[in-house]
Amino acid sequence: MSLSFDRIKEKLNILADAAKYDVSCSSSGSVRKNTTQSLGDSSGMGICHSYTEDGRCVSLLKILLTNHCIFDCAYCVTRKSNDVQRAAFKIQEVVDLTINFYRRNYIEGLFLSSGIFKSPDYTMERLVAVAKKLRLEENFNGYIHLKSIPGASDELMREAGLYADRLSVNIEVPTISGLKLLAPDKKHEDFTKPMLKVKNEIIQYKSEKKIIKSTPKYAPAGQSTQMIVGATGESDKDIMYSATHYYKNYNMKRVYYSGYVPVAEDSRLPAIGTQVPMLRENRLYQTDWLLRFYGFGVRELLNNDHPNLDMDVDPKLGWALRNMEYFPVDINKADKSVLARVPGLGMKSVHKIISARKFRKLNWEHLKKIGVALNRAKYFIVCDSSKWEHRDMEGTKIKGLILQNSTGKFRKEYSSQLQLFS
Amino acid sequence: MNATKTLIYDGSFNGFLTAVFVAFEEKILVSDIQKNVVAQSGLFSETQTIFTQIDKAKRVWNGIHKKSHSAIKDIYFAFLSENNGVELLLYRFICKMFAGTTSIATDYSDGIVLKISQLARSVGREKHRMEAFVRFQLTKDEIYFANIEPDFDVLPLISKHFRSRYADQQWLIYDVKRKYGIYFDLDQVEIISLDLNEIHTNSLNKSAHFEDEEYNYQDLWNNYFRSTNIKSRINLKLHTQHVPKRYWKYLSEKKAV
Ligand code: SF4
Repeated sequence: MSLSFDRIKEKLNILADAAKYDVSCSSSGSVRKNTTQSLGDSSGMGICHSYTEDGRCVSLLKILLTNHCIFDCAYCVTRKSNDVQRAAFKIQEVVDLTINFYRRNYIEGLFLSSGIFKSPDYTMERLVAVAKKLRLEENFNGYIHLKSIPGASDELMREAGLYADRLSVNIEVPTISGLKLLAPDKKHEDFTKPMLKVKNEIIQYKSEKKIIKSTPKYAPAGQSTQMIVGATGESDKDIMYSATHYYKNYNMKRVYYSGYVPVAEDSRLPAIGTQVPMLRENRLYQTDWLLRFYGFGVRELLNNDHPNLDMDVDPKLGWALRNMEYFPVDINKADKSVLARVPGLGMKSVHKIISARKFRKLNWEHLKKIGVALNRAKYFIVCDSSKWEHRDMEGTKIKGLILQNSTGKFRKEYSSQLQLFS
Repeated sequence: MNATKTLIYDGSFNGFLTAVFVAFEEKILVSDIQKNVVAQSGLFSETQTIFTQIDKAKRVWNGIHKKSHSAIKDIYFAFLSENNGVELLLYRFICKMFAGTTSIATDYSDGIVLKISQLARSVGREKHRMEAFVRFQLTKDEIYFANIEPDFDVLPLISKHFRSRYADQQWLIYDVKRKYGIYFDLDQVEIISLDLNEIHTNSLNKSAHFEDEEYNYQDLWNNYFRSTNIKSRINLKLHTQHVPKRYWKYLSEKKAV
């Protein structure tokens, strides 16, 4: 017994190490209730059971089934030409690890990806087999996230969604030209085909469920994708336009952005030791947030005149400084959608302002209590007070003042993708 | 007749609610409400011992419930904080609620309301942390066992979560500080009091009570945890912000660090 534990430990080290560059760790958004006195429940919010030393949430057992791969994508540690130790789990080994970790309350579930061995279908079949075993033999209701292998057949993708909560294909390279350069074995369609299949199945299962209650769930937590940032010289505009495309055309739940961590010497890529662009990664997440929740259009934030995000200020402030004609906004009158565009106002503050101003006109004191970041907001608003800070200042002047009064603030944001706006 | 009194109750939430009921009914001028284990007789006030009565407790509970949904949760959570003097604070809060015609539960400009909502929030945070940081170890008699030592008395709050998640295994979560635990026997959750003399945190010392495989799985988990780090992104400050050091003792992945 302990002999095989040693072997499993070795595999786990190799296959967890190779999987860690996939940043998505979300385990929420599913609706798998434990109704049969069996194991697991993923109906609530995902729980972080621990945090890595770089501050990322650990909620899933995130591993590759194998790091053998027939392809040679330049940005990937697992690529064929890289000289690393290889290993492969047996299907049952992954099932046992997941169940035993889950029972001890280490994890919310499994995130299984894989290098491509033999063929995309051969690989996808094994990923599906793990999920199927967990669901049908172990009655496991925890969270399962499967990677859709680029090039996998529609038939397998359909089956995958019956057992997985979430499916994802990582686009990795945001531009088609970049893809040709770095992943010559892969075609753009290899990524989009499984995405499209999953999207259509989700729509179909949902509409069938409306008619026939017993229709099984299909990937209830939807699909997501990830893009590498800073590997191919792409602009922020390239990245966010392509993210917008995936949100819109494939109903993505989330797009993740991952600062490229150099893993090999390759003339096409940044050298080993190049700093991971974490601030840029954070700016992209902030932009993503503005697009999804704050009513911004991608063209307002990024366009030919302005193809890259500011590094010194967050994208909302950057937009406001370029569009001073929209300001000042009257806190006591402006619509929700207008308030949402004021730097320093998060959606929470916007809602509080709207409900509080029903009772009384709000002044600076009130706004402070509500928790508005006045050091930024004050240049863009008027309230129930004769004092206001705008005084026809220019964008650059305001920017200077704000930066002056928030030293160190942005340092803090370097690695935290969650605290998006204060 | 208007001399102030200290009410002594058994420490349970129902006991506390009974005390509130009695105070209202007998129009007592309450100077304090104390648990019988910690009670110190006040120099200048009489004491009255309260005997817990579920039906009286229920009437208070329902009364609060009718006034405000969120208040009832805040009151229960704040009670579990075991904060010094929390009973009197809650009593004043309940008096205010019953005196007013509108709900005061969200008037944060009131000191008592603010304090209670802060306590409730701390207890809520501790509840989430325990749901995340409990680490079961499998004993030889097939029970998944975990020790916790929470700042607040959160066992009653986490029971439901574990009940619905681990419905097909026996488990026991034991509060080392308060010397009681909740035990699920595959059928229902029971409160049990034990005096464990061995504290089985995930320590480096192995114990004969656990399955041999148990240590293999802990070892695997530690290894897993270590291989998830990306060295070029390390940020220990953020790390300890998420997992404060006082919780490390539960986490087998932190013991080797
Ligand atoms: S196919 Fe996937 S695992 Fe293989 S080299 Fe490309 S990205 Fe890496």
